[in-house]
Amino acid sequence: MRGAKSAKWVAIAGVVALTATACGGGSDSGGNSGKVDPKGIVSYANGEPQNALQPANTMEAYGSVVINSLFTGLVNYDKQGNITYENAESVTPDKDNKVWTVKLKPGWKFHNGEAVTAKSYVDAWNFAANPANGQQNSGWYRDIVGYDKVHPEKGKGTGKTMSGLKVVDDNTFTITLNSGIPYYAYKLVYAPFYPMPSAALKDPKTYGEKPVGNGPYKLKSWDHKKSIKVTAWSGYKGEKKPKNGGIDFKAYTTPQAAYNDLRSDNVDTMPLIPDSELANFKQDFGDRAIEQDFSAINTVNPAFYSKAFKDVDVKVIQGLSMAIDRDTIAKTTFAGTRESASGWVAKGVKGYKAGACGEFCKFNPKKAKQFVKDGGGIPGNKITIQYNADQPHKGWVTAVCNSITKSTGVKCTGDPTTDFQADTEIRDKKQVKAMYRSGWVLDYPFNGNFLADLYGTGVDGNKGGFSDKKFDELTKKADAAKTIDESAELYNEAEKQLVNTFPGIPLWYNKTLSAYSKNVKHVQFDQAGDPILTDIEVFKK
Amino acid sequence: MGRYVARRLLQMIPVFIGTTLLIFIMVNVLPGDPVRALWGDKPPDPAQVAQIRHDRGLDLPLWQQYLHYMGGLLQGDFGKTIAGNRPVLDEITQAFPVSMRLASMAWTFELIVGITLGVLAGIRRGRFVDNTVTLFTLLVISVPIFVVGLLCQLFFGNELGWITPTVQDSENMGQLLVPAIVLGMVGLAYVARLTRTSIAENRQADYMRTAVAKGLPRQRIITRHLLRNSLIPVVTYLGTDVGTLMGGAVITEGIFNVTGVGNLLFQALARREGAVIVGVVTVLVLVYLAASLIVDLLYAVLDPRIRYA
Repeated sequence: MRGAKSAKWVAIAGVVALTATACGGGSDSGGNSGKVDPKGIVSYANGEPQNALQPANTMEAYGSVVINSLFTGLVNYDKQGNITYENAESVTPDKDNKVWTVKLKPGWKFHNGEAVTAKSYVDAWNFAANPANGQQNSGWYRDIVGYDKVHPEKGKGTGKTMSGLKVVDDNTFTITLNSGIPYYAYKLVYAPFYPMPSAALKDPKTYGEKPVGNGPYKLKSWDHKKSIKVTAWSGYKGEKKPKNGGIDFKAYTTPQAAYNDLRSDNVDTMPLIPDSELANFKQDFGDRAIEQDFSAINTVNPAFYSKAFKDVDVKVIQGLSMAIDRDTIAKTTFAGTRESASGWVAKGVKGYKAGACGEFCKFNPKKAKQFVKDGGGIPGNKITIQYNADQPHKGWVTAVCNSITKSTGVKCTGDPTTDFQADTEIRDKKQVKAMYRSGWVLDYPFNGNFLADLYGTGVDGNKGGFSDKKFDELTKKADAAKTIDESAELYNEAEKQLVNTFPGIPLWYNKTLSAYSKNVKHVQFDQAGDPILTDIEVFKK
Repeated sequence: MGRYVARRLLQMIPVFIGTTLLIFIMVNVLPGDPVRALWGDKPPDPAQVAQIRHDRGLDLPLWQQYLHYMGGLLQGDFGKTIAGNRPVLDEITQAFPVSMRLASMAWTFELIVGITLGVLAGIRRGRFVDNTVTLFTLLVISVPIFVVGLLCQLFFGNELGWITPTVQDSENMGQLLVPAIVLGMVGLAYVARLTRTSIAENRQADYMRTAVAKGLPRQRIITRHLLRNSLIPVVTYLGTDVGTLMGGAVITEGIFNVTGVGNLLFQALARREGAVIVGVVTVLVLVYLAASLIVDLLYAVLDPRIRYA
């Protein structure tokens, strides 16, 4: 899938992840009175957002977390991956999942008093789809009829509005898709689908500095590179009313600096513990340490256009997969903060089933060697794993390589690129020498997001040049299913087919590792790795 | 004197053009496309990429980009950032005062403490004070700055709680004190050593013997005769160090979360923000040039035998 959450790469590149099993949250430790101050301000270690704060122009983690506090979309999802209704009263598809009717809850307002209507949504989306408005996430509307007229791949668009969006009345509008998508409602969770008030469209620049949303918090101030302050908004109509008085998003330039502040209670929580502190953060924070599942997965993927893997027999890749001692590496290199993967779909999403990869994701050096041999081996008996050296990947890549070499005799070395930019450039240009490391954080909690969007023939996320007709057919079938559950089931079939082609070697599921200060309680993160800010409670000083 | 200054100022022009051109080229040959990088792990949108490249003039040939840039610069326009489309000048005017404050505190610290230690050690060469100073400076020079910084942060911040581990407000002088001391540490060691050697050497000079023989007070001998003649190498070092302190604070600023020039430069490099890198370096080059001019002029004040025709 194009787009959104991508700035998330900030997070996944370095680290760790996590969903909601919650060993965090809850304990009332610390030298506080234990009384909660509903007006208390939570400080959150963040960074300077990359772009102006417009919902469809915010892809990276620093901006997303602020935008998500200011806006409430049509729907959201719970820990089981089921859709929950927020600003929408209902979102219903027709029998082909092609025309979706959205009914809004009446009476919602923006922070400036303007009513949130069907028009607020339709106008905002049309605005963001237009490339002239420079909204980075506009690709998220591509399923809607008429998007290609407004936003063609090349050249100037021929229209300003998408014909697939129709306002029926103040609280109803319809979305017509190019083809049926049973799980379309999940996509509506994302920031590009937030509404904007009419003033925003008249003066997007001013709006980007002072966004006005419909969410639980409203913007108080944005002091560039220092902090963004939001306060709880009394007019909020949603279910999840803030249990604190506001959030102070402090800009840190390094996670290490944030961590040291967190230890001294100068900041209340942070998104991810830096790698250098993984070994001791549990000791430092005791029961204030957080470790939760996070719907993200790490893999190493063969480049099927490279010399090493061009005409490779799948047995070789299966063999390489069995040659990796995932458990031991997770324990040693990651201090136990990752969990061995048993398939291509991350935990905590709809349709996740353990064990899709079967015996091929279990360490078995003997069989590994046999498989590589039976498959005809690798030209030159040599492979490399490409990674970006600006993030701490070297350790685990080396460990994976050692494990492969030791088990199969195939010589494996790391192939560092200077940084993430250089890494993606090589991948985009299809110049990877053999294999590359990859990570994927969910766009929406549905197994299809980890399958069709990564391994479908020719899709944007497929950087290894993988192609399998049978898999494509299975995903097409899954997309044509009538219901979400049926679709998830069919996608599960498609995942099982990957065993026969092995487009990527699953390694680990991520976890969210974080901690919180003595000033607050009830700190939790959702399966996308984002903090649940409205639930945090602040102790009276 | 006037002609000398004029000539020096004229010399600055080619240096200025040369450095900006070099940096400009270097930034552009780095692998990785900053516009593509805005999309992170996810696939970029070709129409948006084209739009952004066009907006920022990145679709022009390099030499045209450079000419545009220099043309803008002469009118005080440093260009726009790729991410966020913000004026680079805003970023610079936000970061420089912070670094200037930090650097001047560090500089004052190394100047006062460094020269004092150097003079003490030089006068009592081979004695206890000298050995202590030598040992101390050796230690400071050999321990990397980030070790000192992190130790200070952990010890004074996390353990003792005397300071907040990071700077909460980069405009607060009190909070900048510890980072400034850490930043000035290495320079201090060099200043102390340079002063010591120079003092120790000049103490044997004929004019010193004369001054002592004339029966001048000790205080006067040291400050007027010895120190003044010994300061030339130290002043050279202190002058060039102004620039180093401004731009070289990447590590210290990172550890203490100070939003100064070092941090700005580091982030800009990581994000390949060419306009920001060139802009910051341009200002740093100006600082360097100005500092070295002032140093050269100071020579004449310290030693009147040096004259500028």
